[in-house]
Amino acid sequence: MKGYLRADGRKGIRNVVLVTYLVECAHHVARSIVNKSISDDVQLIGFPGCYPNEYSLKIMEGLCTHPNVAGVLIVSLGCEGFNREQLSNVIEASGRSVDTLVIQKSGGTKKTIEAGIASVEKLVSAAEQFELVPMDMSELVVGTICGGSDGTSGIGANPAVGHCFDKLVALDAICIFEETGELIGCEQIMAERAITPELGEEIMKSVEKAEQYYTRMGYGSFAPGNAEGGLTTQEEKSMGAYAKSGSSKIHGLIKPGDIPSQGGLYLMDVVPDGDPMFGFPNIVDNAEIVEMIASGSHLILFTTGRGSVVGSAISPVIKVCANPETYENLSDDMDVNAGKVINGEATVQQVGDEIYELVAKVAQGQLSKSEELGHQEFVLTYKKFEGIGPSCLPTAR
Amino acid sequence: MINRHFVLLNDVDNVFVCCKQLLTGESTGLEGSDAVMTADITVGHKIARRKVAKGEKIIKYGVSIGSATKDIVFGEHIHMHNMKSDYIASHTRQKRSGE
Repeated sequence: MKGYLRADGRKGIRNVVLVTYLVECAHHVARSIVNKSISDDVQLIGFPGCYPNEYSLKIMEGLCTHPNVAGVLIVSLGCEGFNREQLSNVIEASGRSVDTLVIQKSGGTKKTIEAGIASVEKLVSAAEQFELVPMDMSELVVGTICGGSDGTSGIGANPAVGHCFDKLVALDAICIFEETGELIGCEQIMAERAITPELGEEIMKSVEKAEQYYTRMGYGSFAPGNAEGGLTTQEEKSMGAYAKSGSSKIHGLIKPGDIPSQGGLYLMDVVPDGDPMFGFPNIVDNAEIVEMIASGSHLILFTTGRGSVVGSAISPVIKVCANPETYENLSDDMDVNAGKVINGEATVQQVGDEIYELVAKVAQGQLSKSEELGHQEFVLTYKKFEGIGPSCLPTAR
Repeated sequence: MINRHFVLLNDVDNVFVCCKQLLTGESTGLEGSDAVMTADITVGHKIARRKVAKGEKIIKYGVSIGSATKDIVFGEHIHMHNMKSDYIASHTRQKRSGE
């Protein structure tokens, strides 16, 4: 397989040009620029709020310097709080082309769209200059998430992804699982898998924090569809979700935007630190996907029972469907039928191997179903985090 | 797989998980006897593998996933009407339960 070599040595499996708006007021202009492009590799991301936020800046920096990204057009209204100069500097320092258009200085909507179209053309040409070099499976960063879980998720799709993760971690790839709020009830067994006792304590604390946070919010990470699909409690959903992590040792605990420096299995703590400030930790699945991409994920394994259809900007999303009835109903959207497990037609290992093979193919350029269908969802909101402590980082393998 | 309608995920579990739906009044052979469905059981839902007393833990994947809020009989649907989280309440589109 081959990857696009970036200046920092990381390699991308896609060559995306991003158009990012820094406040909702610039959304229409940015979207119009993207809509004028015929390429699916010109993609829209953005941040809606006017107030500055360290977290959203960190995530945006991680996304704009992601290995799958070749260049960026920043679209600003002009008066919003987002630090566009810093974002631009970080992108430029990463060896990527970057342009900034400020609507208030560019003559308004029409002129900025025209300037944006010209800029994107330039960025696409620059993107073609990145060299394709040999890339190994061990250089991949793969994230996993479950969305629209039901009583079948924990039986077929999630353990199959876990099996795929075990194979990737054995090769020294980086694998990320997340959503500590959906691991409530698993903290003890998860802590026992930590590579050091200190990391185990940090994992316990992160899940306790999630429980307190969600209790304050008044809702667990549990949607009505989960109940309709046979899941009754948060801890039942958690046990099913936890199976995505496989059986490797847990090498580190990261926060959104932290990029692991060595291979292994990482838990991402997505629940903000301190007193709840900005509402629900992640308002929807795509907010979690964005965080895993900001931490370097080249692709995302998305398991579902009820039937999510989403994809993402920047990194391909591979859909693994646990429920055979859902698979039949939504087969155009699903990459892997893990419903075979519950039907007794395949083992978890067989489906896990199938996922692994598909990861290799998608990394080599094959489009996932959500990519083919044009899904490029994106959500970024406000959050607040403190840095991770030294015991969260891997010290040994 | 225990039969074509239910799976047992762990030997110590006190629930079976449905892998092919069974409607109210239909029955299936489980644990050496006939379990008659008290509700429509669709894929992913749980029924009791044995009698479960109020307050007892519900065991799935070999671990506790909550507690019974009522006495539950063999073969009975186990869901929000007769069990609750030991951590945080669940909610449906209409209301929160387990509070």
